[in-house]
Amino acid sequence: MNTAVQIASDVQHGASSAVHELANAMTAIGERNEELHVFLHVDEEGATRAAHRVDAAVARGEHAGALAGVPIAIKDNMCQRGVPTTCASKILEGWRPPYNATVIDRLLAAGAVPVGKTNLDEFAMGSSTENSAFGPTRNPLDPSRVPGGSSGGSAAAVAANMTPLAIGSDTGGSIRQPAALCGLVGVKPTYGLVSRYGLIAFASSLDQIGPFAKTVTDAATLLEVLAGHDRMDSTSLPEPSPSLVAHVNDGVVGKRVGVVPELIEGADDDVVDAVQRALGALRDAGASVVELSIPELRLGLSAYYLIAPAEASSNLARFDGVRYGLRVDGVDVAAMNEATRTAGFGDEVKRRIMLGTYALSAGYYDAYYGQALKVRTQMINAFARAYRDVDFLVGATTPSVAFAFGEKTSNPLTMYLSDVFTIPSNLTGDAAISVPFGYGEAHLPIGVQLLGPGRSEALLFRAARVLEVADGRS
Amino acid sequence: MSSPLRREDVAHVAKLARLSLSEAELDRFTEQLGQVLEHANDMNSLNLENVVATAHPFGLVNVVRADEVRPSLDRDEVLAMAPDAQDGRFAVPRIMGEAP
Repeated sequence: MNTAVQIASDVQHGASSAVHELANAMTAIGERNEELHVFLHVDEEGATRAAHRVDAAVARGEHAGALAGVPIAIKDNMCQRGVPTTCASKILEGWRPPYNATVIDRLLAAGAVPVGKTNLDEFAMGSSTENSAFGPTRNPLDPSRVPGGSSGGSAAAVAANMTPLAIGSDTGGSIRQPAALCGLVGVKPTYGLVSRYGLIAFASSLDQIGPFAKTVTDAATLLEVLAGHDRMDSTSLPEPSPSLVAHVNDGVVGKRVGVVPELIEGADDDVVDAVQRALGALRDAGASVVELSIPELRLGLSAYYLIAPAEASSNLARFDGVRYGLRVDGVDVAAMNEATRTAGFGDEVKRRIMLGTYALSAGYYDAYYGQALKVRTQMINAFARAYRDVDFLVGATTPSVAFAFGEKTSNPLTMYLSDVFTIPSNLTGDAAISVPFGYGEAHLPIGVQLLGPGRSEALLFRAARVLEVADGRS
Repeated sequence: MSSPLRREDVAHVAKLARLSLSEAELDRFTEQLGQVLEHANDMNSLNLENVVATAHPFGLVNVVRADEVRPSLDRDEVLAMAPDAQDGRFAVPRIMGEAP
């Protein structure tokens, strides 16, 4: 499959058309969607309209946008007007949003063609898509294994060559981890870089929308389209979209790379080996490697699994059977609320709501939620200290390559522990990228993670590009 | 903060969160949530006494704007997606008991 940049160029210059590219995507979806369960809804009608608009713009001699005619998959926790949006939950089954998320408007304005809504762990809570109320997604590279999560469907769409691009959301690693497990570039942008308007909230202080792509340049192109201030999201940064693509090939000469033991400890040997080789590649490209330690990093997992559920318990209170989605009748409003939520939410969502409610409840607030917020401060300070000595950090994205179905579902804590390397960037609000680098067990891809301070995307893309070239990917 | 999670704690938070749990679910969730809270005790290894809490990564301040009328969502379109609506409003079951 061509890259998104190539497709947009072909469509703009008449070598291809948006309608033709959409037909290719539909064929690929038709071939494997049943087997892999990537899309919860394919919007062929809406996509066809969008593709015709792009082709008409090209025919009029207009610039049709940076993503002209590029099919893209949308994680099903983002609102698209009139298109079923479920969060992979029974509680929203059948709901069609009356508005577009800002990212959808930006994609359409850039000529992209949204083809459908992808599977996820219910309300983005999970690391394997096994928590989807509609059944898991399979990893296109090995269907006996998970694609990662929570944005597993979006990762699988790109890995299975259904679409060259996808968007996901990352609250604790939900873009980077599936990107690593499916051999893709995945970006968790700086908090506030991309508007969250129309992203159905899980943990508002941690959630961030970002790209999936096969190449670094495609990912940077997509992020430029998504980023930028939005008056509909008061947490969005008050600045225009950064220039990323123009600098992708600028290299890392003279940059200082930090290697942190806490970002690889506990990882499998094949993963540790990939990180070491990535460091070697960055050194060969002219960067200097500095060893440092961030002991606070180990505590991120505990803080995260109190903060995220606390915010979720508040955010998910809106699903009460009144305004949208499921309603199960009861004798009065309270009974209706309880019957609706009990029938509508799956086990993992219930666990997180209860954990968050407990952490916020009288008598436990200081010991759990309050304590977690202080750890978050310590984490922010520790990373800020590290970034005085280095320009960016390198570590593993995940402790292992893609794991098998059922391997971590019996004990929720085991699943949570697999997020240890990705959680810190969400707590600090900083930027991070997972880039494929080499292969491990069973010839499955390994993701190397690049972490930088807020607004460091341009530098992280440059480093990711160095690794892409060193890995022989282009 | 090492207080082990009790079954009645889980029953209490389920009630607060408007969820009803079976006896078997109560047992299972008590064990699973207890493990997560136990893991969280590692936060006690830090001295956090004088640390300020962070609820948001970039220290949000209120955003204010002029009170201008702008287009909003279409009421009929929103209500069409609601489980029940009546007279331009969301409709719910009664909220109080029968009249005496």
